Amino acid sequence: MGSEPSDEVYLAPTVRTAVKVLVLGPFAVGKSTFVGTLSEIPPLYTEETITRTGAVADDPHGISGKTTTTVALDFGRRTLNDRLVLYMFGTPGQRRFLSLWEDLAYGSLGALVLADIARIEESFEIIGVLEERGLPYAVAINDFRNAEMPPDEELREAFDLLPEVPLVTCDARERDSAARAMISLVEHVLSVCPQQSQESA
Amino acid sequence: MSPPRRRDREALVRPYLITGGRAHPTVGSLGITTLVRAAPETESLGLGPEHRRVVRLCSGGALSVAEIAARLELPASVTRVIVADLLDENRLQVLSSGREQAPDRELLQEVLDGLRALR
Repeated sequence: MGSEPSDEVYLAPTVRTAVKVLVLGPFAVGKSTFVGTLSEIPPLYTEETITRTGAVADDPHGISGKTTTTVALDFGRRTLNDRLVLYMFGTPGQRRFLSLWEDLAYGSLGALVLADIARIEESFEIIGVLEERGLPYAVAINDFRNAEMPPDEELREAFDLLPEVPLVTCDARERDSAARAMISLVEHVLSVCPQQSQESA
Repeated sequence: MSPPRRRDREALVRPYLITGGRAHPTVGSLGITTLVRAAPETESLGLGPEHRRVVRLCSGGALSVAEIAARLELPASVTRVIVADLLDENRLQVLSSGREQAPDRELLQEVLDGLRALR
């Protein structure tokens, strides 16, 4: 494995299983960079239109009570073995995009929350929604400025993380570092995954 | 890092014209990472332009619904409907097993092994 990025459009013909991970974080925290670093293809872009229902004061049509918003999705893929491919979707995780990423989160393995040490509070809403939805997640501080890091306990406190939630630092530009952040998420997901399959329950 | 580019979509047909605005049971079984490819020897005769583009793209090999959307610059929701149409007509085949599901332990271990091999 570990093939270098290529312009190959198609998956290997043996691939039969796709898993997905969400890469969430505030604006300009490095989500696209992160996805691009681990992707075997140049990152792709699509958009999804979501409809928000409810009373909206500034609804220009004034009747429907619905607004539609277009949300950008950057994504990439990495073939992990002959039959398995990982898709990574970078998207803003704010509550106003909830219906979009609930759809995305369905069937996903978990979420990696990319955070900026200089604006920790911008991750709060994302983490809050993840906890509400019960989607396992890890927090990765994208340390692209090589900032001085406060001690771990202080950081965990600042993010108000539960003890089992992994907190790592990474450089989204470095493959090894990005892979390590993703590994810490998957290790965490594995640790909270029930031993018995649900069919036997 | 840079915010995603907004593409000019003026040239595209309005989504409801492509999808006909109809309810579609197959759509519910499709996720954004469902993997599909064109059925062998499928022809795109009698198809609308967007459907034809999807068949043509998928003739080359396997792709996820998200990739089809991105490669053809179609919104993901529209792509889902087109792919569902084509599955109903047996012009496309689903390669991945069933609806997207949260992975079990065995699959998670496989993901982990794959990621560790990247380093």
